[in-house]
Amino acid sequence: MTGSQKRTFAQKLVIWIPYAWLLVFFLVPFLIVLKISLSHFALARPPYTPVLDLSAGWHGIAAFIAGLSFDSYALIGSDPLYLLSLAKSVEIAAFSTLLLLVIGYPIAYGIARAPRRLHAALVVLVMLPFFTAFLIRIYAWMDILQRDGPLNQLLMALDIVREPPVWLATDTAVYIGIVYSYLPFMVLPLYASLEKLDESLLEAAADLGCRRWQVFWRVTLPLSSPGVRAGALLCFIPAVGEFVIPDLLGGSQTPMIGQTLWTEFFGNKDWPTAAAVAVVLVILLVTPILLLQFQAMQATDRG
Amino acid sequence: MLRVEGLSKRFDTVAAVDHLSLDVYQGEFFALLGPSGCGKTTLLRLIAGFERANAGRILLDGIDLAAVPPYRRPVNMMFQNYALFPHLNVEANIAFGLKQEGLSRDEIAQRVADIMALVKLETFGRRRPHELSGGQRQRVALARCLVKRPRVLLLDEPLAALDRKLRDETRFELMALQRRLGLTFVIVTHDQSEAMIVADRIGVMDRGRLVQVASPVEIYERPNCRWVADFVGNVNLFEGRLGDDGTSVESATGRLRVAAKIDAEPGAWVWVAVRPEKVRITHEPPPDLENCVAGTVVDIGYLGDLSIYNLLISDGSRMKAAIANSGHSTERTIRPEEQVWLSFLPEAATALTR
Amino acid sequence: MRKLSAFNLMALLLGFAFLYLPIVILVIYSFNASSLVAVWGGWSTHWYAELAKDAPLIDAAFISIRLALVSATAATILGTCAAVALTRYGRFHGRSLLGAMIYASLVLPDIITGLSLLLVFVAFSIDRGFWTVAVAHTTLAMCFVAVVVQARLIDFDMELEEAAMDLGATPLRTFVAVTLPLILPAVAAGWLLAFALSLDDLVIASFTTGPGATTLPIRIYSAVRLGVKPEMNAVCSIMVGVVGIAVIAASLLAKFNPARRKRAQF
Repeated sequence: MTGSQKRTFAQKLVIWIPYAWLLVFFLVPFLIVLKISLSHFALARPPYTPVLDLSAGWHGIAAFIAGLSFDSYALIGSDPLYLLSLAKSVEIAAFSTLLLLVIGYPIAYGIARAPRRLHAALVVLVMLPFFTAFLIRIYAWMDILQRDGPLNQLLMALDIVREPPVWLATDTAVYIGIVYSYLPFMVLPLYASLEKLDESLLEAAADLGCRRWQVFWRVTLPLSSPGVRAGALLCFIPAVGEFVIPDLLGGSQTPMIGQTLWTEFFGNKDWPTAAAVAVVLVILLVTPILLLQFQAMQATDRG
Repeated sequence: MLRVEGLSKRFDTVAAVDHLSLDVYQGEFFALLGPSGCGKTTLLRLIAGFERANAGRILLDGIDLAAVPPYRRPVNMMFQNYALFPHLNVEANIAFGLKQEGLSRDEIAQRVADIMALVKLETFGRRRPHELSGGQRQRVALARCLVKRPRVLLLDEPLAALDRKLRDETRFELMALQRRLGLTFVIVTHDQSEAMIVADRIGVMDRGRLVQVASPVEIYERPNCRWVADFVGNVNLFEGRLGDDGTSVESATGRLRVAAKIDAEPGAWVWVAVRPEKVRITHEPPPDLENCVAGTVVDIGYLGDLSIYNLLISDGSRMKAAIANSGHSTERTIRPEEQVWLSFLPEAATALTR
Repeated sequence: MRKLSAFNLMALLLGFAFLYLPIVILVIYSFNASSLVAVWGGWSTHWYAELAKDAPLIDAAFISIRLALVSATAATILGTCAAVALTRYGRFHGRSLLGAMIYASLVLPDIITGLSLLLVFVAFSIDRGFWTVAVAHTTLAMCFVAVVVQARLIDFDMELEEAAMDLGATPLRTFVAVTLPLILPAVAAGWLLAFALSLDDLVIASFTTGPGATTLPIRIYSAVRLGVKPEMNAVCSIMVGVVGIAVIAASLLAKFNPARRKRAQF
């Protein structure tokens, strides 16, 4: 049915219950974050002013609006800590996404070219670590990357290094952590678009005189670009705001923006600043998120 | 019995069905014939209730169906890909519609058994759709609709998914079934021979409109416009001005004469249509020199029962002739590059005014 | 029959080694008798025994499981509704916004989701605890469920539902008798995914939790952020085992997929 019939009550419920839920617990929260980011820090409970007092009527609302300020944003703009931390987050997320593409593409390609009856099993194998708790997987790398951990033992035993190199508390460890945790998000969309690729197209390209790498460069890669885009967005967006990975594996030089937010909130109890950081982060991510949603909705409508 | 009045359906800006009116009579086998994208499936979906019309009415036994949801319409549809429920076996698929009516268990079982016998599926009741052949699935889909005893059965390209041999057989089964049950069938097809064989009447559709509604013979022998003549079968067309006597046409290839008087002003542009199988090819010019043109054989397509001759005629245009290979022709055979004479009887030609 | 080239095979082997070796190492270390993580002291189940005595940790585990059951169930219902609304009801007012909210919450850093939910609870002076975390997890997980179920709904032909209605089934009957049986594997997979997400989450739970609702990840995090602890290896190994079994069950369920078999014929 192409929306031609008048909706029954049940159908309206099916639309409105999840809709209302997301409005209340997803959209409204953002507005509240926005509002608090415009508040002053205060030593009170809740630790910000002004508090919107609806019982005071119009007077209360007017007082509330008069009390709003851009102080938190001014602070973010003036203190280099925030800007450095933002820059670092974007840098780490962008470089991780690139690494994920380079590592994920051959894996996705390998699955797509495998005998068809193995596809489902291989996809499950890629998904499986994602189901085992994220925290566990990061913790596993804490084990492995320790000074006397298995990685260094292996490197020493193979005589590749003399002195055990330091892994933990470095950016390298953060990259390893992100690539490891986000790999399924990269491989699955890539596989989805590579799997749809008609093999006769590759044969046609070869027949028309393309060498193997040319076939890849001129046919396979362009045709898998929706997968590349989806994978890159699915990895980049959450990676920018990552907290657990840099907190457990990274160093203390420059925190990522997620860590900064966490510290403002839990450490300094400065809610307005934490909210302002969140708003800045959302603004930064709005374009990639809209891109992703546009692509996903297009796929839905085509189906 | 089924009446469509001024029905229109637009998708965005494209009119899939454009101010269309149609009457289908009780017990009739009606075929909607048209090229793909002409709106025939949309018309079917409008009747079934899956689409809502932008304008116009659909009446069944005088009752407007607009407010009736698809699940309450006494109309059933057989889908092109059959839409059998993959999680139910054959019996459950067929019984599905009856269960919605709240009939007793025994009655459902009885009617399902009857219909399965009718379509020769008795031994397949426990099978799942994916365990059946294409022809068997087609029959399950048919049985699933028939068991509901619909006022009108809509069939969307019911034979398109079958291979050719099976399709030919199933056409006749379908006709026999329709006659036996006395039901009204509306079939959608893009295959003209299918429509010609099964239907009592054919509605030829183009770009959302019905161009001609008539019996198969009428459509083939007396198409009402060039488009129908060309879409249904092959045709040779000669353009010219109508002469004063109302039966002769001055064309680039000379004067052509038709048997019936042409309904147009003298001097108007008209077209003379001749089916390839009604064209004669001779080595010598025919004695009366009527409706005759000289030509050269370009190539010959041998089809077994017939041969199709492509010819270049004197005014530089192409012509087609189909000659049965009956084997008792007294003439010597015609070869490519040969000069020949083409002629046809006035009774074999139709004049078209649009 | 296609064959894997050496390059493809290599990519797969290295890829899977990268994905699985850390988990294998973790499980092996959980059986290490030595209290120094890096020194192998022989096989032992010592840390599992230690674990059994750690009452706060076990409490946290039970809270997490209860939380995961509640939020996975709620998320499955809400997410399935959302998927049906997005794929089956054509264009309705605000459809793009619904889609946008679902995809946004899928990818948005969890730290933002957590913070914003907390601020809502504070703004409406709701006491934080088990139920606030449950609401937060439901919100996140329903979006994952919606995407999984939606993929299955796109996969199977809408003609089947039209056929059911044509045969006289009301929209509700159509959903129960045709749609639901066909999407059931995806719904079940969505539930398991939601369960795993809830069991997994640290950041959102940290923001939205309150006294008496310390979840397992929060406890693990506070233990390991100061360094590797051997008994944590054991906790994590148990979680790997539980999740592994659940996922294998889920993939077996997904295999039982009548819609796919039907499609294979065309």
